[in-house]
Amino acid sequence: MSGASHVDVARPGFGWVVPALVFFALFALVPMLGLIYLSFTAYDGLNPPVWVGMQNWQALAGDQLFLDSLRLSGMLTLLSWLLQTAVALPLGVYLAGKQRTRAVLAAIFFVPQLMSGAAIAVLWGTLFDPNFGLASVLGPLVGVPDGNFIGNPSLAFYVILFVISWQFMPFHTLLYQGATRAIPESLYEAATLDGAGRWRQFRSVTVPQLRDTIITSGVLIVVGSLTYFEIVLILTNGGPGTATRILPLHMYIEGFRSFQMGYAAALAVVLLVIGTALSLVITRVTGYRQMTSQREGM
Amino acid sequence: MPTWSTMRTALAAAAVALTVTATAACGTAGPAGAGGGGLTLWTLENEGINGVQQAAVDSFNSGEGPDIALRTYVNDPYKAALQTAIGSPNAPDVFYNWGGGNLKGYVDAGQVADLSAALDANPAVKDAFLPSVLDVGTINGKVYGIPMQGVQPVSFFYNKDVLSAAGISTFPTTWQGFLDMVDQLKGAGVQPIALAGSQPWTELMYLEYLLERNGGPEKFQAIVNGTPGAWSDAAVVTSLRQIKDLIDRGAFGSNFSAVNYDNQGSQALLTSGRAGMELMGSWEVTSLNDNFPDFVKAGKLGWADFPAVEGGAGDPKVIVGNPSNFYSVAASSSDVAAATKFLIDDMTSPAYVKGMIDVGQVPAIKGLDQQIATGEFADYNQYVYKMVQDAPSFTQSWDQALPADVSQAMLTNLSQVFLGSMTPEQFGQAMDAAAQ
Repeated sequence: MSGASHVDVARPGFGWVVPALVFFALFALVPMLGLIYLSFTAYDGLNPPVWVGMQNWQALAGDQLFLDSLRLSGMLTLLSWLLQTAVALPLGVYLAGKQRTRAVLAAIFFVPQLMSGAAIAVLWGTLFDPNFGLASVLGPLVGVPDGNFIGNPSLAFYVILFVISWQFMPFHTLLYQGATRAIPESLYEAATLDGAGRWRQFRSVTVPQLRDTIITSGVLIVVGSLTYFEIVLILTNGGPGTATRILPLHMYIEGFRSFQMGYAAALAVVLLVIGTALSLVITRVTGYRQMTSQREGM
Repeated sequence: MPTWSTMRTALAAAAVALTVTATAACGTAGPAGAGGGGLTLWTLENEGINGVQQAAVDSFNSGEGPDIALRTYVNDPYKAALQTAIGSPNAPDVFYNWGGGNLKGYVDAGQVADLSAALDANPAVKDAFLPSVLDVGTINGKVYGIPMQGVQPVSFFYNKDVLSAAGISTFPTTWQGFLDMVDQLKGAGVQPIALAGSQPWTELMYLEYLLERNGGPEKFQAIVNGTPGAWSDAAVVTSLRQIKDLIDRGAFGSNFSAVNYDNQGSQALLTSGRAGMELMGSWEVTSLNDNFPDFVKAGKLGWADFPAVEGGAGDPKVIVGNPSNFYSVAASSSDVAAATKFLIDDMTSPAYVKGMIDVGQVPAIKGLDQQIATGEFADYNQYVYKMVQDAPSFTQSWDQALPADVSQAMLTNLSQVFLGSMTPEQFGQAMDAAAQ
């Protein structure tokens, strides 16, 4: 690896990054600094912010809703990643085949990705109406006789998980489909010569070759699940009770419903730190940063 | 609480889209000013009412002085947009609000013009309003808000067919009678009451009325004043126990916490005959007429007062709901005098009042008995008009009357009581803590 740095490739100079840096500073760094400042103030959006020192940060520890929302967001992130990867990876590999039926299926599977999150939430809200929606028909078949999915504190979270995954799986399927198609045919030909069956090929050729895609998709899902909230806002509004009040929604409610902008800013900083830390950890632990080739010797 | 009848799922979706945009553009959510020294008026989107508002603005603009431009918003993002715009260069000159605690926040921040002098100079205008409604636009003895649309009291709406099939000929006027009716409907195999419990403001209406009946207006006044322990008052606990009793009797069925008002989930229960009644604001009538016109046209819709509680300290004629909505003038307006003149000249003008009545509103104006008794909803409008005039007081919906953070905590905790995960006593303690 060290040898590579001696190769003199004519890379673009620093000047090329200036526009991007200015943009980043203006629309990411400056608001972030403002956010950190606000987290030390009491601010209702109406009267000027008043410096209160550590008050908002101390309040975090005593806010049971915050601790619950942190746990819910953690669960949502982990389960989203598991569920979406478990479905999108095999599906993407399947759809990577060149058959016409698979092309048609791929187009159909992609439909949720084309809908806005708000539309999806309204749609599923109607389907989950316990008296007149699909929930009233399917509920009795799966042990929920009154169709009460989104109104049941122990089920609502899984409904949210399902709907969010339903929306984003097509995107990750697309990632896996594209990445699978980029795997050289010769690898499969060699594996076939070695007597590997389809399962063995999937395990020993496809999955290792998809390594970087799995990490990319994983980072997107993890960071996305941490900050995503519009479906939860419309579908359950954090309810019943607080059963689906994930961290970003808690932040939204504190900021834009309770007008406790200072406290909401502290919650936002927590989100920011967790999101950044998680993506850093993932890329480091997985060795993604080195961008090592999966095709050594080819 | 939605204050107009035509909230649709599409609107809700648009609201969220706007909210998300507002979140992203925090602080600059207000539209650009009209420019050229003109005035802007912010109001909520409502097909019928906006037409009447536009006509009033047009008539004002045809005169001398600055012109007013009307801007409309959907419900949820409006409050956030207003909160961030007031006091900034993007502030509207005239703005729609809910009066009470909602308006008081702006008044305390010194952002609202005092309209008392203008009203005192025009006693005919001041006396035209129903006093119990004008009170809600009055903060610390000064008028800051002028009622600008209909009164919206809360009452029961029932399916006449369902009640008569269960052998109930008249809607009960006492709590015991009400409980008997619930049992009777349950016995007849229908869900007694439709409740859109996924939206806790629908649950709040029960607590508002029961506390009013059990303890009288002083109890809620103590809560508004922030009196320590006001939320743990015996009358609050009693009211919540009565609610718990209703839940335990199966009055709301078992899946109410998944039912939504905005997608007509509870109205579908009522109109299909699967539930007997719903407690709702007066917008229910026009909303039912829009969504279930056959039900309303067939004359199956009945309405009734919230029953009296035996031995309760409250007057059974007291009503709760949204007394009205209000226009206020921003203190920062470039022309406070012109904006005030618009409110004084147009809010009680015959054309404006007639326009409001024509779109199904019952304006908070005295002496409309004849005018109200016409049109599609004449029966209901007469009922509402009489109810408001007879009411010794009109308690504003708590989620509008209380500060935003207390109101949020209240809705969350109340939904926990309805779910059975919080006791009435725990609710009182949690709210006393939240109100400090």
